Amino acid sequence: MLKIDRLTKKFGGLAAVNGVSTTIEEGKINAIIGPNGAGKTTFFNLIAATHRPTSGTITFGGRDVTALRPDQVARLGIARTFQSTTLFDHATVLDNLIVGHRLRTRAGLWDVLRGSSLLREEERVCREKAREALDFVGLSHIAHRLAGDVTQEERKRVAFALALATDPRLMLLDEPAGGVNPEETEGLAALIRKIVRHGITVALIEHKMNMIMRLADKILVLSYGEKIAEGTPEQIRRDPTVIDAYLGSEHAEV
Amino acid sequence: MRKFIDSHAAWGLLLAAGLAFPWATGNDYHLTVMSTAYIFAIATLGLNLITGYTGQLNLAHAGFMAVGAYTVGILTVDHGWTFWGALVLSGAVCVALGWFIGIVSLRLKGHYFSIFTLCVGYIMFLVIEKWESLTHGTVGIMGIPAPEPIGALAFESPLALYYLTLAFLVLAVWVMRRIVKSLLGRTFIAIRNGDELAEALGINLMRNKVLAFQLSVCYAGLAGGLYAGFVRFIGPGVAGVEHTFDMMIFMLVGGLGTVLGPLLGALAMPWLTQSLQFLQEYRFIVFGPILVALVIFLPHGVVGSFLAWQARRDAKEGKPHAQD
Repeated sequence: MLKIDRLTKKFGGLAAVNGVSTTIEEGKINAIIGPNGAGKTTFFNLIAATHRPTSGTITFGGRDVTALRPDQVARLGIARTFQSTTLFDHATVLDNLIVGHRLRTRAGLWDVLRGSSLLREEERVCREKAREALDFVGLSHIAHRLAGDVTQEERKRVAFALALATDPRLMLLDEPAGGVNPEETEGLAALIRKIVRHGITVALIEHKMNMIMRLADKILVLSYGEKIAEGTPEQIRRDPTVIDAYLGSEHAEV
Repeated sequence: MRKFIDSHAAWGLLLAAGLAFPWATGNDYHLTVMSTAYIFAIATLGLNLITGYTGQLNLAHAGFMAVGAYTVGILTVDHGWTFWGALVLSGAVCVALGWFIGIVSLRLKGHYFSIFTLCVGYIMFLVIEKWESLTHGTVGIMGIPAPEPIGALAFESPLALYYLTLAFLVLAVWVMRRIVKSLLGRTFIAIRNGDELAEALGINLMRNKVLAFQLSVCYAGLAGGLYAGFVRFIGPGVAGVEHTFDMMIFMLVGGLGTVLGPLLGALAMPWLTQSLQFLQEYRFIVFGPILVALVIFLPHGVVGSFLAWQARRDAKEGKPHAQD
């Protein structure tokens, strides 16, 4: 679905991502792991077009998307969540989600000034999408709570819902279970599986090894910006390079 | 109560108060103060769109107001245009100028944008002051004609001008509420909350920020044009950054990112200033602490804090509420 060829991003003299080639496979959970500073988030930023790569190409569904803007990439169906989600804390959760479907609407200033039927119809669709997404992530009971008053785990789910409201084909999740307790992590893992079951491909960055090993279909390991291994959790667990470079030799028995 | 504040009834009551105001005072001076407040309220509503709703603090706002005022002044006095024709153009000139300044300045984020626009505002002031052949320089433009009569309605008396400015304010509020409550307004709010997330949601940052900027300065331009026809004399001082800071205070007192807040701020603050007039320059000794206390204890302004409190109460009761 997403094909990445010799992708490189240099910041000054530092190569944050260096010659990485991989594929994100359709209908699967693709994990990206690596020690801090390995270039994982930069890698996501390149896919989502927040950063323009220094060299290399990204192909999404057969189309070269390397030179597009973030909003264009989003419109093609790549959604993402961030490590922290900037919501409007004084508005309700539902209100925060309505804008999520904006990219699929056309109403402009003229429609707003006239109060056209197109605008009213699109506002209805956006509200419906927001409700659907909220139902999907299991938060319909807090639809009318203020976004500033929800728990960390609920906030993570709201971020998922916001991404889902864009009608994506691929979701990039940056540490979806960061700062969340073990039971809640289990719940989020179940939600990620549910997303994939509904035909959306997932790529995620995560530090929680237990979660990754049980959740991922395929793992890409980055270290100092380079791909050092790629394969199923079983293969990664046994890979001596990974054990050495990522976990450290003293963790070899893990 | 919350429902009341946001309802048509509340806005209707506010409008009724505006209509009845001349009977309550019967004093031309008070009418003039209020009309001026209405004009600045229109400009403040515009500033609030780019600052309160879209999150970009534009410090050149008074500069755009001056561009609108000078458009009317120059066209009516030097080129014999009618006031109404010139007024339409005052908005249009600002929208066009706003496009050029917007696509350059909105590449900058946060404080850098504000500092850049501070400079833009000062350049506007300098151009107005020094380009004597066009703007009459420091002398200013005198003898700007009053708005021509529309049918039987003449706009010579303070009372007629009061209702004229009120009518424009009502129109400005109505259009602004339409914008901010729509999907377009939600798009602007998403940019304010975080441009990275907004972009990831497929929002074209530049296009939407420039649109918000143009709408915002269109309000400034029309307010400036109206100001020229109302005061009938303008000088370069209209572009002074202190006017922008006044409008910022109106927004902060009332509540950034609400429609009612900046409106009430813009209407109430001039009266507070007037009532402290007897203190002369010492009035800032009273003014300053009031502002500091307000920012500390009501960081979202009077209306903003009230709405936040109401929203929280509604949320506890599990009631849905509309976003304002």
